[in-house]
Amino acid sequence: MATASGPLATPLPVPAAAPRPVRQALSRDDLVMRAGLGLLVLWLALSVVLPLWALLEKAFSGPAGEFVGLANFAAYLATPALSTSLGNSLLIAAASTVICVGLAFGYAWALTRTCLPAKALFKAIAAIPILAPSLLPAIALVYLFGNQGFARWALFGHSIYGPIGIVIGEVFWTFPHALIIVTTALATADARLYEAAVALKASRSRIFWTVTLPGARYGLISATFVVFTLVITDFGVPKVIGGSFNVLAVDVYKQVVGQQNFQMGAVVGLVLLIPALFSFLVDRLVQRRQAALLSARAVPLVPAPDRLVDRLALFFCSIVAFAILVVLGTAIFASLATFWPYDLRPSLKNYDFDNMDGGGWESYRNSLEMAALTALFGTAIIFGGAWLVEKTRRFEGVRGLVQLLALLPLAIPGLVMGLGYIFFFVEPSNPFHFLYGSMAILVICTIAHFYSVAHLTAVTALKQLDPEFESVSASLKVPLWRTFFKVTVPVCLPAILGIALYLFVNAMTTVSAVVFLYSPHTQLASIAVLNMDDAGDIAPAAAMAVMIFLTSAVVRGLYGLVTRGLLARTQAWRRR
Amino acid sequence: MSSTRRRFTGLAVGALALATTAAAARAATELTVYTALEADQLKAYQAAFEKANPDVKIRWVRDSTGIVTAKLLAEKANPQADVVMGLAATSLMLLDKEGLLLPYAPKGLEKVKPTMRDPADPPKWVGMDVWSSALCFNTVEAGKRGLEAPTSWADLTDPAYKGQITMPNPASSGTGFLMVSAWLQMMGEEKGWAYMDALHQNVAAYTHSGSKPCRQAGAGEYTIGLSFEYRANKTKKDGAPIEVILPKEGLGWDMEAIGIVKTTKKLEAAKKLADWAVSEEANRLYAQNFAIVALPGIASRLEHVPGDIEAMLIENDFAWAAANRERILAEWSKRYDGKSEPRS
Repeated sequence: MATASGPLATPLPVPAAAPRPVRQALSRDDLVMRAGLGLLVLWLALSVVLPLWALLEKAFSGPAGEFVGLANFAAYLATPALSTSLGNSLLIAAASTVICVGLAFGYAWALTRTCLPAKALFKAIAAIPILAPSLLPAIALVYLFGNQGFARWALFGHSIYGPIGIVIGEVFWTFPHALIIVTTALATADARLYEAAVALKASRSRIFWTVTLPGARYGLISATFVVFTLVITDFGVPKVIGGSFNVLAVDVYKQVVGQQNFQMGAVVGLVLLIPALFSFLVDRLVQRRQAALLSARAVPLVPAPDRLVDRLALFFCSIVAFAILVVLGTAIFASLATFWPYDLRPSLKNYDFDNMDGGGWESYRNSLEMAALTALFGTAIIFGGAWLVEKTRRFEGVRGLVQLLALLPLAIPGLVMGLGYIFFFVEPSNPFHFLYGSMAILVICTIAHFYSVAHLTAVTALKQLDPEFESVSASLKVPLWRTFFKVTVPVCLPAILGIALYLFVNAMTTVSAVVFLYSPHTQLASIAVLNMDDAGDIAPAAAMAVMIFLTSAVVRGLYGLVTRGLLARTQAWRRR
Repeated sequence: MSSTRRRFTGLAVGALALATTAAAARAATELTVYTALEADQLKAYQAAFEKANPDVKIRWVRDSTGIVTAKLLAEKANPQADVVMGLAATSLMLLDKEGLLLPYAPKGLEKVKPTMRDPADPPKWVGMDVWSSALCFNTVEAGKRGLEAPTSWADLTDPAYKGQITMPNPASSGTGFLMVSAWLQMMGEEKGWAYMDALHQNVAAYTHSGSKPCRQAGAGEYTIGLSFEYRANKTKKDGAPIEVILPKEGLGWDMEAIGIVKTTKKLEAAKKLADWAVSEEANRLYAQNFAIVALPGIASRLEHVPGDIEAMLIENDFAWAAANRERILAEWSKRYDGKSEPRS
């Protein structure tokens, strides 16, 4: 586009008879787009930066709001119960990451490099944990390995309440996240390297260690950091099954909700932010390198059948898939039992949410509403925002700022985000104070929390579109928004629906950010799971978790159907 | 063309609506009531009250005693609640100390038992019912392990029960606090703490809510749950193989009480709720859940709770408990909360 040749200084509108008729002056469209970008910066500042700032401020101030320097941090370090949590959290996160990434690598390798039968089925099963809140595996583990669990023998007398339970629950919950990343890394292999290795008579294991693994190393590093961050900041699993094994994420909750000690909550939140920020930076660095890995001349690797390898792959994947199904099945079974473990006849008694803690069926309806609004507005804002960033001409400074702000939420754990939101919005002097306790604040927070991944998806989709479309439209004097709705949106429809699905599912399952923000009017299903478990109504908690899973699964199924139909209609141009 | 513009306007209108739904209140006066009552009790109370007062609608903010108390104290500069109903009297005394409660004599106050109201006149709070500690003992699991049923608090320190007991954390649970407060009052501070040190050896987990220990005992997750009589009765009614035990040394107890928050802008509606809370109708509802209620002559017996609860209540010095609450909780947390390794 004109950007390349144009000077950085913003030119004034040029009269029609200007000396450079080809190059467009700053048109009305440009102004509209710049104004849009300005609004987007404002939105991101309001929904991401200022809450984070409020959290920082809180960590350095006393109960009355006075500046106290590092006094809160000193108090934190002096509280043995709190500082032990740091060690516990690191231990849990490290163990979960090693196991999860290891399993994901094996599974991804089987999916991409072997002739494993029923790959679609294995892929679908592996995606199950993403559709449920992290509380679901934790509750299922209580039924499996608790003192009345039917698989209790498998723990050899160890208690599930504590590190063992937390690690198993976290591995289950983070498995799909790691799998997606590692599968992508393994999917892009250059067959020529393998041919060369075979020609050089390298042994199988040598090929694995010198070709396969190095090729996937960036994916592995990325997965490692993603899982580590997810685990260290997750609070659902340790809350349910952690027993008296304290971790940072639960500390934040206890300090803020249990003791209303907001300063200490802010301090623990900042401590949580450190590993998350660190892994975010490493991930960024790694991804920059990964891009250059595959050259244009690469030949895609097609796995050749090998009886032994394929059988081993089938065996391994079956075990993992079976484990996932057992966890899900246990939750469903327990939710349908009349009175576990003494009366296992099926009944829907546990689905009578209205007589339990947690807000009843209304909380489920609220969750649906929240997820739908998040998907609707979130997709509009994020896709529209990504479009503005990609298609606005020049204006580099602001575009760069938006890019940065859009990626920032990736580094902020949900708990920290939620905490920042209360600090920011609870102030009566804040003009947006009226949002406090409303459905809108839940929607805004959830959009901000999951902004980055959706933004990256949108940018990727938009980058595939030739900028010529805009140039041609502009020269034909077609209004900007018309090109947007007639060309950009239809072409990017698969990505747009994908973003909507991503936001919907995450809004249904999220606990961490919204746990501080819900009000009696806006109880959510995922929070109800937490509260019912807290009150000891664990079977109803399992039932609500199952409801969340089913809803996400149905919406995902619908998405599959709709995209298939749409792809046939709107993406016909992709085929020749 | 216009269809897309409409779409845009639609989005904008939607965004506006989204932002304002929260601010728009419903037509009837909506009372924000902070409560620690059990979720399964709230429905009945609310339905009866709203039937008698169709122009008022209750919005509950429910959590466990410790959390509701902490929330009210944290919000004291800018209180969100109109009424506090069904919160421990010891907590209401704390709020009163902070000057958060409005003195008000509900209609029919003269009938309320003198022990069950704030002695000040007019009172800042009025009791609704008494809730007291109880043990839930799972007979099936006890049979498997060959455990005898405990009959006293002292029995619970028997090493045979190691890892079989759960109890609510007094910092978050009112039920937990009334137990700790009762032990300290019955045994004296020194022996009380020594008793809790011994009990701690047997406790498998400290739970967040007062209901959970009994629920867990009911499900056989642990054999003994230290809980309260309403939950014990209900759990047994739900089909759990438990026996409800009232330890013979005496029962810790507290009152659930109601008080109006001074800053309420909905005073008329708040008074209506306070009036209703001391009415005979309300007391009959309380009596379905609790043996001892504020009005004399409405006492009931809980189906599955043996023995005379009223006679077993300890002599409870509420003023002492309220005044020392913070100190007791700090000490308790220091001793038992920091346990970092899991206990089997």
